[in-house]
Amino acid sequence: MTLRLDRRGFITGAAALSAGLWPALPAQAAQAMGFDDARLLLSRTGFGATPAEIRALEAQDYATAVDRLLGNSRPQAATPAPAWLDQSPAEVRRRQQAAEAQRKPGVDGKPLQIARPVQEQGRELRNWWVEEMLATDQPLVERMVMFWHGHFTSSMLKVRYAPGLFRQNALFRREAMGNFATLLKEVARDPAMLIYLDGMRNVVRQPNENFARELLELFTLGEGRYSEADVKAAARAFTGWTVNRETGQFMDRPAQHDDSEKTFLGQTGRFGGDEIIAILLKHPRTAETIVEKMWREFVSLRPDPAEVGKLAASFRASGYQIKPLLRALLMSQAFRDPANRGSLIKSPVELIIGTVHVLGLPVPEKTQLVRMMQGLGQVPFDPPNVKGWPGGESWITTYTLMLRQQFLRRIVEATTVASMDGGMAMKPGPNRRADRRQQVPGDDSTMQMMESGQMMGPRPVEGRSLRSAGGEARLGASLSGADSATLLRTLLPRAPIDPIDASASPGAVVAAAMLDPAYQLK
Amino acid sequence: MGRILLLVELKGGNDGLNTLVPFADPRYRELRPGVGIARERVLPLDEKVGLHDKLEPLMESWKAGDFAILQGVGYPYPNRSHFRSIEIWDTASAASQTLSEGWIAQAFQATSLPKGAAVDCIVADTNALPATGPSLRTIVMQDAESFLRQAASMKEKGGSADAGNPALRHVLAVRQEINAAAAGLRDRLRAAPAPTHAYNQDNGLGRQLDLATRLLAAKVQVVAIKVALGGFDTHANQAQTHERLLGILAAGLATLRKNLIAANLWNDVVVMTYSEFGRRARQNASGGTDHGSAAPQFVMGGSVKGGLYGAYPSLTDLQDGDLKHTVDFRSVFGTVAQGCWGLQRDFGLRQPQRLGFLA
Repeated sequence: MTLRLDRRGFITGAAALSAGLWPALPAQAAQAMGFDDARLLLSRTGFGATPAEIRALEAQDYATAVDRLLGNSRPQAATPAPAWLDQSPAEVRRRQQAAEAQRKPGVDGKPLQIARPVQEQGRELRNWWVEEMLATDQPLVERMVMFWHGHFTSSMLKVRYAPGLFRQNALFRREAMGNFATLLKEVARDPAMLIYLDGMRNVVRQPNENFARELLELFTLGEGRYSEADVKAAARAFTGWTVNRETGQFMDRPAQHDDSEKTFLGQTGRFGGDEIIAILLKHPRTAETIVEKMWREFVSLRPDPAEVGKLAASFRASGYQIKPLLRALLMSQAFRDPANRGSLIKSPVELIIGTVHVLGLPVPEKTQLVRMMQGLGQVPFDPPNVKGWPGGESWITTYTLMLRQQFLRRIVEATTVASMDGGMAMKPGPNRRADRRQQVPGDDSTMQMMESGQMMGPRPVEGRSLRSAGGEARLGASLSGADSATLLRTLLPRAPIDPIDASASPGAVVAAAMLDPAYQLK
Repeated sequence: MGRILLLVELKGGNDGLNTLVPFADPRYRELRPGVGIARERVLPLDEKVGLHDKLEPLMESWKAGDFAILQGVGYPYPNRSHFRSIEIWDTASAASQTLSEGWIAQAFQATSLPKGAAVDCIVADTNALPATGPSLRTIVMQDAESFLRQAASMKEKGGSADAGNPALRHVLAVRQEINAAAAGLRDRLRAAPAPTHAYNQDNGLGRQLDLATRLLAAKVQVVAIKVALGGFDTHANQAQTHERLLGILAAGLATLRKNLIAANLWNDVVVMTYSEFGRRARQNASGGTDHGSAAPQFVMGGSVKGGLYGAYPSLTDLQDGDLKHTVDFRSVFGTVAQGCWGLQRDFGLRQPQRLGFLA
């Protein structure tokens, strides 16, 4: 992993972005933004930033850098898709049954360890995304994909069909910074979503309200902006949209559709799903819901209602273009306000991916990182419930703060002399322990594993930790050569909470910074 | 009023039909021709139901009258996902409702806990959801020494104390909570005597109960302690696994009872088991059982009125192949909140049932 910005591209479309609809930005002469603004921009829109990445940006004009960040992006992942992508649900079911049948007890009475496709594909799917997050040259896309995944939740635990979730992820990728209206329409037809929220069971004779309720409560209006009758009407409008059980593709079955008249949010008609979505997109609350959530993702935990109102109006007027909204957020005064430095809490994924990225750690085995994410409360493709990850302050509890510190301490102790490549490698082949763990959430072995040092492969070599190895500590290419002051300004969004001796060795400074409470913030 | 709840989560969905066996019902044999527990193995509690023979260590408690068994506990529109169903239990929600706060935390909303204690709940496994919420200070701790060691490494070092933003204030407040808990527990934990009767340390439950016993003996002022035993998701070849787990559970709880009686603490503690769901009435083709609904809960303690409570669900009147619950778990939680903490709570039930298992 080297400079991510270098490979990023072009300034195309920047002028088009600010066309008219958006609050005018004060005209400013091009000027160097400086180190701290560059760090802010990178760490809020990606997964951590190295000194070199920050340096590459600091001489640029801020607005130019934002436009560049929002320039053309690849709509697909760079990491090759898992091999099972084209397996149909019928095939996965057949393979799963075959594997289950083989799991009879062996001579010792224990079930034979046969990898089951559903669990195995789920593991590979999570690892695939983690790999993409680690390797990507467009981290903002990953952040937005995760944002939409947390908004339009679907989980492997319920869907049990990894190719469907992969394709949902591809949809989030395509529209990551595209158009919310398009995204909403496509999510309503997305097979994984139809499975997750029981849309596929929603038929004229027996409407299932699950999707309709969450569409109103979580995806668009928010609680208290609609009645139970609206939920029922919306559910009837979506009847007939289902998933082909053989192919796993979306299917419209008109015979299962309730074609009668419905009254939804005061309007009456023989509505289908698209009409319901159109009505929701006209409702001012829909844009506000998204803008508030984006504010909490990128700016601070306390959205400013007046600003949200203005941004939401522009967002709706633009036909729900996501890029201009992102641009307005990143250009806002609140975003750059020094009082808002370190005003967001890193999600587990950001903490883990960001730490690995900034320290330049090799990670041949992704399952370990996923397990850590599970301990900290955020497993990609397995949001806790339909509300997604509540985020913000709830990321940090007494339990998760201790686990976070343990994870960081282990890295601090491990990041040291000699190669760690061997340390993190695990036996090839399916990791069935991890699978079993994911069967039942809240497994109790994470802490013990960390305690016994099994968690993070790299172990201190020759007893020298980053902290104590002094000048000999090799910081790895991403950090080496930076002086202590630069390291502190790179790793922390604000002054450290606990005093750090800046005259100590670079290794000790990095260790102290990573264990400082301010490291939990971005 | 103040009894400590010791919550025992049975992870994976414990098979209620083979825990409290309806041995007299011929329908049981029909549904469970291979997986069922043979009549002669069952430890009868009355003329209809009895315990799995591996639960024999609990018979002493049954005979002493401090062991209550709540039959057919569940909730309407049961969810068969492990994840979702345990969340429903832990947050005392309806099946259609998503709550973020745990039921113990809900029970203590708008109450004033004595702030002399450094911590309100201690979770010895990793699922802290029942005790998650702003009203409680909850600590997850698998092992006292490693907790104290970790906390020590997170000590405040007297740096700049600017107020910061809400995110920073939250992180610092949580760190402060960990430090306060460690400071409050350190001396007591280190001085706590080892349990009189040793637990089997080969399983997680034994180690967790050991910690719980030390916490209780050290008179750490908490409202609840939580432990867990995993592995109950017995889809295939259930018999051996389930037997082993019930054996671990019974040995652990029987040892706990002896220890707490010896320490004169048995009247101050209420032990309660729960699981996300029971299992399908009919066995499956792999010698196991699939996710089901209602199941029994165990409640033990010196202040518990032993016996059977609620009605055993019918084995003929099934819903989608599952038992229909006869007791809503939120009524059980309401009874516990009253009996342990003197708090009247209905957990959203319009007509909570009064169950008399706690004085």
